[in-house]
Parts: sequence; structure tokens; C-alpha cells
Amino acid sequence: MSFVPTSNAFKENAAGALKDVPLQEALGIARHHSIQTRLNTVAKMPEFESLRDIGRDLKNHIIANLDHYLLQFEQSVIDRGGKVHWCPDGESARAKVLEICRTVNAKTVTKGKTMIGEEIGINDFLFANGIEPVETDLGEYIIQLRGETPSHIIGPALHVTKAQVEETFRAAHTDLDPKRNLDDAATLMAEAREKLRAGFLKADVGITGANFLIADEGATTIVTNEGNGDLTQTLPRIHIVLASIEKVVPSLKDAMTLLRILARSATGQEQSVYTTFSSGPRRPSDLDGPEEFHVVLIDNGRSAYLGSDLEEMLRCIRCGACLDHCPVYHSVGGHAYGWVYSGPIGSLLTPMLVGVENAKPLPNASTLCGRCESVCPVRIPIPKLLRNWREREFSRAITPQTERSGLWFWAFMAKRPLLYRLVTRIGARALFNLAGQHGRLSSAPLASGWTKHRDLPATQGRTFQEQWKAKKGARS
Amino acid sequence: MSTSGTGRDRMLASIRAGISRQADRRHGEPAPSKPTPLIPARATAPGVDVVGLFRTQLINAKATLDEVASRDDVPAAVARYLANNNFEARVRLSPDARVSSLPWDKAPMVETSSGRSHGNDPTSVTPAVAAVAETGTMVLQSSDGTPTTLHFLPDQHVVVIAKSQIVGTYEDALARVKRGPDGSLPRTVNFVTGPSRSADIGKILLMGAHGPKKLHVIVVDGEL
Repeated sequence: MSFVPTSNAFKENAAGALKDVPLQEALGIARHHSIQTRLNTVAKMPEFESLRDIGRDLKNHIIANLDHYLLQFEQSVIDRGGKVHWCPDGESARAKVLEICRTVNAKTVTKGKTMIGEEIGINDFLFANGIEPVETDLGEYIIQLRGETPSHIIGPALHVTKAQVEETFRAAHTDLDPKRNLDDAATLMAEAREKLRAGFLKADVGITGANFLIADEGATTIVTNEGNGDLTQTLPRIHIVLASIEKVVPSLKDAMTLLRILARSATGQEQSVYTTFSSGPRRPSDLDGPEEFHVVLIDNGRSAYLGSDLEEMLRCIRCGACLDHCPVYHSVGGHAYGWVYSGPIGSLLTPMLVGVENAKPLPNASTLCGRCESVCPVRIPIPKLLRNWREREFSRAITPQTERSGLWFWAFMAKRPLLYRLVTRIGARALFNLAGQHGRLSSAPLASGWTKHRDLPATQGRTFQEQWKAKKGARS
Repeated sequence: MSTSGTGRDRMLASIRAGISRQADRRHGEPAPSKPTPLIPARATAPGVDVVGLFRTQLINAKATLDEVASRDDVPAAVARYLANNNFEARVRLSPDARVSSLPWDKAPMVETSSGRSHGNDPTSVTPAVAAVAETGTMVLQSSDGTPTTLHFLPDQHVVVIAKSQIVGTYEDALARVKRGPDGSLPRTVNFVTGPSRSADIGKILLMGAHGPKKLHVIVVDGEL
């Protein structure tokens, strides 16, 4: 089974995260790291903003022709000797992967980092069926040992400090000398490299995700920095690619547009270390490579959002820039969001994938400050889409009653301008008088959530509309 | 397809229903057309020193570079690289003639063998399809003479290219990939930009996560 979301407990999760000292240490490091790195790299590419526009338009074009490109991709894969499996949901995808693994009596499966794999809970399922999944991305390996889910799309172990990695490795690698020195991050990485090498060489099946599916070439694409994905797909007898339907792009030339914005947005690198295009199994004269090549195409609820007011979230290329720039994510980290995807894009995707009733707080876990949209390489209007989710929650009566009453009251007032102006005028003056000479309130009705932690700056006696009118001289 | 026909039909039907909703929402406007890709000017503008840009970008990607006059100088350059870094004097070569037919007898201290890797090779020496100046990226492909395992398993990866293989953009490099008789891509094409790395432990960037810890490029001024 896939991982049960705890997204409805966002508030409790977030409160815990704020008090979690190692997590706050890890988030502090990440915060300082990512924003400046991206800025420096983007500054070196004058065409970056134009590339973002083209990336957005390209994705919109694909989403409007998804059936065409998926069918073209399928035919191209078949022409190269590979197989395509269409799986409408997580259950059918898991069953298909197991079926393929069973054809070679697989005992171990290596895995490159795949978010769709996390989404469908492939690891637990394989394990329950007697097959050992070995995560090979260093971050994924760390969280697999810790029994956790990823806390970031591209840095799954972002929440783990170096000291915790040492602790984890000492607990897991019990065959090694307990007195060995692991002070250095480099020593920790060398230990993981050594451990995982053995896994790579003995695996029967390698499972990777895909950043892109190239329709006219029948090729899948992975982008990594470690090289783990390449070892995963080169060494075993079978390579299985898990990919969601919206990953398809028409051609290599189009993929280059996305490759020029992906790494710059994700890690602030000009290019990731390894970008690999794979099409079909090894050719008869090849000296290495898998004997079988399978692509498992997964919908899992995405197509239902085509042609909806939320479809723009399907443009996402999973770079993680919105997480790296989100003040809420910076404060609470990824696990507070309670499922596989976190941050602003997680707040859009999780309700789609697990049902909005199981992710009620997420569309509200944002100040709508707009930083996410300002860095999204394919210009997803994340704040607008979060509001669309909020509207859906309201119309489906998922929003809590007090909030619904508040919104109803506000709407009632907003539709009656005279009354609105009168009430806000009274309110503004009352708060001004209450605040006295300091201009700050230590408590105010309905604002305890704010005033418990800090003073509320009081209004200055006149409403915005009054001031606007005064400054402009006349009503427009 | 016979085994997954139902799933395929259901997915396509659902996608097509979505596409028809899109059409409704557009109210007669045409569907979004495919934009023309834009190739950055960095490596294509008139007068750009493509080789110079490649040198800079390769170093930025934390690879190392050596330049020699002719193919006959490559074995000595490899020997020098191994000795200077205290690496074992043993290399695994791509069977491809551009590498295996180099005059290795000129570097008698270096033990050579050729073929795919099984994980016991400290250093590989391979050719490349092309080298891309815009980001210092090596483009490699699988073939009967260039096994992919040599690109990922060894601790050090030495790539030998002719200067004429340095191109400006990814698009230029992809045009040089050797395709199958039916025009298909080889099983795999690798873009490699510097040595393997990870920042997954405490956000500290370290080289050599799973793939090669070092990437060393030898550029030959003449032909290979």
C-alpha cells in the first residue's frame, strides 16, 4: 500500500517541526544555500526568462495533445524493442512492476530516485512481496534506512543533519567496525558508495523514474548528479521506468528547453552532472546494458484534472525551486505536509493524488506571497491554483465551519459597499482608540492567533479607502 | 498491449475527455501551438570562442583538462595524469578504435585492457560523441565499441576527444550521435558535466557519490 497521508494534521505537524532542533538546523543550512545559488546561475543566462516562457508554452502544448504524444511515444518504444504498460492507478502500476520482477525471480531491485515510485508506494509493496528494494540515491538511501519519506523533491534527506546520517549509518552498517571515524561527510559518502556498489552489482532489476519521455525517439530521460540512476539502469537484466503521463515531450529539441531551465532552477547548477537518454534494451552488438526495457506509464488521477482550473499544475517538472523559496517550507520542512510531495507544489499535487478531503489544510498552508510563482521554471501560477483548491474546499463544504461562517460574513459585507465602509470605519477607529499612544495591541478580538506571539500593529484611525480617497483627491 | 489493453483504453479515454474539456474552456480559440525552441547565444553568437568557452565551463564543472598536440601524445598524457595523482597505473579502454588503437606502447608503465567494466577498473579511457561548450558537457553514447559501464563504474574517467569534436550546443552534439540503421538513437546517450557529486549529507557538496570521482578530459589538437 502507498503511504497514508497525514496532511490533515498539518497544523500539529508544523507545530512539532518548529520545535524540532535538528530539523531547524538542517532547514537553516538549506535556506541559506538555495536562493543565492539559483540567482547566481540565472544571472549568467540572459535568455533564462525567455526559456521559462517557452517551457510554459511547450508544456501547455503537450497537455493539449497528451493522447497524441503518448501514443507516439508508445510506438517509438515498441519500435526500439521496449514495452509500454499503461497503468491508470497506483495499484495497477505496482502489480505490473511485480509481474515483471517475477519473470526473472528477482530478489533485489535497485532504485534510482523516483517520486512517482514514492507516490505509488512501490518499495513497501515489493518488500511485502519478498523483493528487497535498494534505494541508491544517497538521500533516498539515508531516508530508506531511517524509514522516512522524502522531505524535498530533489533533496529527499534535506531534513537530516550530518550527525544524524552518522547515527543512521552506525545503526544500519553493523558489519563495520563500530569504532570507525565518521566525522567527515566525505567518509560517510564513501561508506554509502561502498555499500551500494554491492547492491548495484547483484540487482536483478533496476527501477528509475523519468524526467522526460521523448515521444519521437521512444527514449526516457533521467537527470541526476550522483550517477546512481545510470548504474541502476545499466547493470541489471531489466530496466523498468516509472513515469507519469505528463512527462512526455515531443522531441529532443524540446527536451533541451526544459533541460536548460531544470538544473538552474533545481540546484543552481548550469547543468546537472548526468542527463541520460535511454531507448530500448541493449542492441545485439552492445557490450552492456539491460536485456529488457519497460516503461510503466501512470495516470493516478492526473487526467481528471485536464481541462480544469487546476490543470496548470501538470506543467510541473519537479525541480523543487518552489520549496526552496517558500517561507512556510523554510519554517516547517517537508514532512509537515504529511505526504510524498511537499512545499507549494505539494499543496497542489497532494489534494489531487490523495483527495482534497485528506489534505484539507494544504491549500491553506501558504501566505500566497508569490515567491513560488516567481521562480517556477514553467511559470505555474501556484498562488492562483491554491486559491482554486480553497474554492473547491469551500464549495464542497470541506472548509471548517468557523472559517465558512467568517467567509460568508465577509462576502455579505463585501457585497454591500455602504455597510462595508461604515463597519470598517467604526472598526478602524475603535482599534486606534484601543491601541492608545503606542499604536500596538497586545490582544484583540478574533486575533489571538497573532497576539499570542506578538503585538498587533493597530490601524491608524482611517480606513484604506478613506486614505485612498484623500490622497487621490477624487473617486475614480 | 493485449495484457494491458483495458488500462490503456481507460487512460486514453480519460485523457481525451480532458482534452475535450480544454476545448470547451477555450471557447473556439485554437489549442496552444508548439513553441520554437530558443538556443542561448552564449555558444552561438558570432565571434564566440567555442573552444575557450569549453575550457572555462569544463573547469567550472569541476573536471580537469589536458591538451596535447597529436593522438600519439595521449598515452603519455594518461600516464602523467595517473602518476601525478597517485592513481593505479591500470586503465580499461573502450574497444572503439579512437581509443584502443592509440600507441599505448608509448606508455609501457600503464597496464591496459579493453571491454566493458564489471566494477574492478580504477580508471577508464573512452572516446566521446562530442563536447559541448555551453556547459562543459561531454556527450557519450553506447555502441559495440563504447560500453556504458566505462562511463559510470570506474573511480576515474578519462575522455579523449579531438578539438574538432568541441561544439557549441547540445543540439550540435546530438546531431553527431551515431544512430542505428533505422535512424534510432543508440540504447543510451549520456550527457556528463563534471564528476559525480552529491550534497545529500548536510548540504555539503562532495565529489564521487556513485559515478566517477574524477573526470579528466584530454583534447587532441589533431585528428583522433
